[in-house]
Amino acid sequence: MPESAVAARSLLDVAAAVESPAGKGLAFEGVSLVYPDGTHALAPVDLTVAPGEFVSLVGPSGCGKSSLLRLASGLVEPTTGSIDVDRDQLGYVFQDPTLMPWRTVTANVELLAELHGLKKAERRRLASAAIDLVGLTGFESHLPARLSGGMKMRTSLARSLTMNPEVFLFDEPFGALDEISRGRLNDELSRLFSQRQFAGVFVTHSVQEAVYLSTRVVVMSPRPGRIAATFDVPLPVPRDPEMRFDPVFTDIAHHVSSVLREGS
Amino acid sequence: MALATKVLEEQAPPAPISIQPRPPGKRRLRRLVPPLLCFVIVVGVWQGLSASLSNGRQFLLPPPWEVLTKGLLAHDAYSKILPALGRTTALALGGLAVAVALGLVTGTVLYRFRWLERATYPYLVAIQAIPILAIAPLMAVAFGYNFFAKGVIVVIIAFFPIPTSFLLGLKSVDRGLVDLFTLHRSGWLTRFRKLALPNALPQLFTGFRISAGLAVIGAIVGEQFFQAGQPGLGMLFIQYIDYVDYDQLYGCLIVSSLLGIAIYASFNYFSHRFFGSWHESAQP
Ligand SMILES: Nc1ncnc2c1ncn2[C@@H]1O[C@H](COP(=O)(O)OP(=O)(O)OP(=O)(O)O)[C@@H](O)[C@H]1O
Ligand SMILES: [Mg+2]
Repeated sequence: MPESAVAARSLLDVAAAVESPAGKGLAFEGVSLVYPDGTHALAPVDLTVAPGEFVSLVGPSGCGKSSLLRLASGLVEPTTGSIDVDRDQLGYVFQDPTLMPWRTVTANVELLAELHGLKKAERRRLASAAIDLVGLTGFESHLPARLSGGMKMRTSLARSLTMNPEVFLFDEPFGALDEISRGRLNDELSRLFSQRQFAGVFVTHSVQEAVYLSTRVVVMSPRPGRIAATFDVPLPVPRDPEMRFDPVFTDIAHHVSSVLREGS
Repeated sequence: MALATKVLEEQAPPAPISIQPRPPGKRRLRRLVPPLLCFVIVVGVWQGLSASLSNGRQFLLPPPWEVLTKGLLAHDAYSKILPALGRTTALALGGLAVAVALGLVTGTVLYRFRWLERATYPYLVAIQAIPILAIAPLMAVAFGYNFFAKGVIVVIIAFFPIPTSFLLGLKSVDRGLVDLFTLHRSGWLTRFRKLALPNALPQLFTGFRISAGLAVIGAIVGEQFFQAGQPGLGMLFIQYIDYVDYDQLYGCLIVSSLLGIAIYASFNYFSHRFFGSWHESAQP
């Protein structure tokens, strides 16, 4: 191999490394949570999510999935145990789009860059790249009131993408969407994950969605939430809609469902 | 495949469906119909009531036409009412401006220090409940019979809705957005400027609108009590009653309610202009 080709290759690698954050991921060690009113939300949980891992959390309603994400983000403090994560490298997509109704799509997407004090030109660049990525080009100057539910969720997703987080938390982001939008956003998210190799934690009520997106599915028990079972999903990323009919896929989905049923 | 295309091509193009939006001018006209109808009814009832009064008592409610010609359009009437209108407007707007400034500061401070809100809210409510005519004499003693004393009355009457509506708007921020700001470690000022303040603007304008109406009332009450200086509308009322000039009294009354409507409508207009696209309260 000529030397120039080697040099070019390593340059490419550098570019890839910049694009895909390594970071240290997320680690929970014996983390439990009792809310001030005495609600025991989470039994001690151990969970490690490395960069390049995408973990879905499924479990009955009220078992502490959202609480786990809030703990990871630092919005609530654990009662016992410790959490290791770089909070400056965190992305969090809430269940609702939580957009500012007075800001256009672009201005909403720019918010985080703005809070981190980036310059106007840089904000614009990040925002338009993120808007491109979620397929909202052409809607930049729309106010949220004029967007469909799926487009609002895309805006919210684009906003969290701007800062290129190393750890990405999703709290049922597509729960309110129709099947088709949901499927499309799942594909986009899977593509994004394979590009950026963040450490992902994704809460969902849909077993199909959990298996489709994840490299690992974690099933939680009813409150106080514990980890009831863990399944690895050895399918290549990004996922392809056809994989839903792969025996590996259906088999895992079947097992996840049965553990869920036993638990509740 | 080719066959399908063929079939499609042979079909007659669908007739254009005519759901054209109504031209905006026409829509506006239709919106004007109900208030106009109401106006006609009110004038009709007024005319009827006036006609039903016995001759000796008709001066209590002169017929509409007479109020218009003698009480408003006669030189004798408008040469007095128009300058009075100017003075009352200046008093009301001046007082409103002060009330708004004080209200904005109060709202911001109460938002910043929540314990202060709990401590002072009962007193804010109490200010609203002050019987203004009862304390007017006190103010006359304190400040004398002058413009300033009248202004204080306007401010007291118009103040309450500003800090309360502002505070309500500041506090009604989406919880998720607050969390988002917390996650990104933004300070109080950023949160206030970028989140709470824009969120509060529609409610604040609702407060402005209410205060504006109150300021007009306050100005007239103030003028009636402090009958000093050049006459405003409030003082004209008293004069007209003294002179038993009821045509002009009614003319004056119409002008003062038009003033209230004008201020209210302009705030309405601005609130719709600024927030109509994203806030329900500002929708027409
Ligand atoms: N701020 C709070 N104070 C007290 N209890 C809370 C609080 N937030 C949540 N809880 C309780 O903690 C438990 C876990 O809540 P959490 O929101 O984490 O559940 P979840 O698994 O996300 O449920 P769902 O799937 O319905 O969203 C629930 O019983 C809930 O009532
Ligand atoms: Mg939840």
